[in-house]
Amino acid sequence: MSETALSAPIASRGYARPEALVSTDWVEQHLHDSDVRIIESNEDSLLYPFGHIQGAVQVDWALDLNDQVRRDYLDRASFEKLMSRIGVTRDMTVVFYGDKSNWWATYAFWVFQLFGHTKAKVMDGGRLKWEKEKRPMTREHPSYEATSYTSPERDDARIRAFRDEVMSHIRAHKKLVDVRSPQEFSGERTHMPEYPQEGVLRGGHIPGAKNVPWARAANPEDGTFKDAAALRAIYEGEIGMRPTDDIIAYCRIGERSSHTWFVLTYLLGYTQVRNYDGSWTEWGNAVGMPIEKP
Amino acid sequence: MSEQAALPAPLAGLVGEFEAVDRALRAEMLIDYADRFESVPAAVAMRPYPEQNRAPRCESEAYVFATDQADGTLRYWFAVENPQGLSAKAWAMIMDETLSGQPLEDIVRVPQSVVFSIFGRDVSMGKGQGLIGMLECVQHEARRRLDQRRRSAPPLE
Repeated sequence: MSETALSAPIASRGYARPEALVSTDWVEQHLHDSDVRIIESNEDSLLYPFGHIQGAVQVDWALDLNDQVRRDYLDRASFEKLMSRIGVTRDMTVVFYGDKSNWWATYAFWVFQLFGHTKAKVMDGGRLKWEKEKRPMTREHPSYEATSYTSPERDDARIRAFRDEVMSHIRAHKKLVDVRSPQEFSGERTHMPEYPQEGVLRGGHIPGAKNVPWARAANPEDGTFKDAAALRAIYEGEIGMRPTDDIIAYCRIGERSSHTWFVLTYLLGYTQVRNYDGSWTEWGNAVGMPIEKP
Repeated sequence: MSEQAALPAPLAGLVGEFEAVDRALRAEMLIDYADRFESVPAAVAMRPYPEQNRAPRCESEAYVFATDQADGTLRYWFAVENPQGLSAKAWAMIMDETLSGQPLEDIVRVPQSVVFSIFGRDVSMGKGQGLIGMLECVQHEARRRLDQRRRSAPPLE
């Protein structure tokens, strides 16, 4: 089994932190590595039971990562329970993969970083690439002995932005990247094309934000990330970002923007990137928020 | 579900089964349907499939076709172009097995909420809308035949 010809080796792509990515080859070579836990995270909850990488566990973005009552992420106790259930210790390396060019995998990766589980990687290309390479999949659900996992409190300060912080950010004329579709950015739509027009009362974007749809960072043929030069051409060449800029990324609920957060932070080495998970469903519904709309 | 009484009997029975199981068993049942999915035969439709048969809002690129049967009912056929479109395949099989051969008047009354009765309330927004789009295509075919019959019926005395 070999990598698809489309993607150059990760080490040759010029990434700032290439260790955050692993190839499908690497994952296949570590299927039985007891220090590695492979985690699948998808939008479509049927994909994992239909077939997954041998030994992989599922982390469901809605059921496992979100608080089930209020709009927030799981707390420390729930994260510890999750890690215990999927048999992960603080020393183990977790490797995320999933559907839609790793959109949901990077979302799970981002939530794990709120709890400081830094031994984390993303499998380049995700589920699409693994399947295209006809690598083995199974329907067997793995069973791991429950672990004792002690997590620090969730740290929202470093990589998560809240509404008031976004307001201060725009007053200070700092950089914002809106990773939604151009139609959502312009206010023509309040959700992605083909998705229902619901959930947000106003269309448009946060004043000063630049629009770079998240999926531009990935190669649609196999879901791999574009190389650093191509990414720089987009984020630096087109919208003038710099690695030391203080940047907030947002979308509709913070999942697509976690993909961009991953790209800027790990692949381009930007040092101050936060994800505003309240995103447009909070900003576009809140009373009196400034909105830019052509 | 409250609208269950309005559903064609085979679909009502299946909805009852899905509503009685937990999330894991629901997934197993749906995968079983997806496994049995067979694409529309070439005798009915060939690629490239007509855009007019494409289900709106469906990311899995599903197409819906209908052929007339001798008893005035329809046999439904489906194509799902995205190989990862498991939910669309499962839903296609379910609609084939529970709506093909059913009275057209009953098919047009099937509520969109049936998608959530079968796939669960936690189905993502995009996926739910795509599945509803497939149901809309199925109902469009039934409605079209009903309209044709209405137009060709002799005027009342």
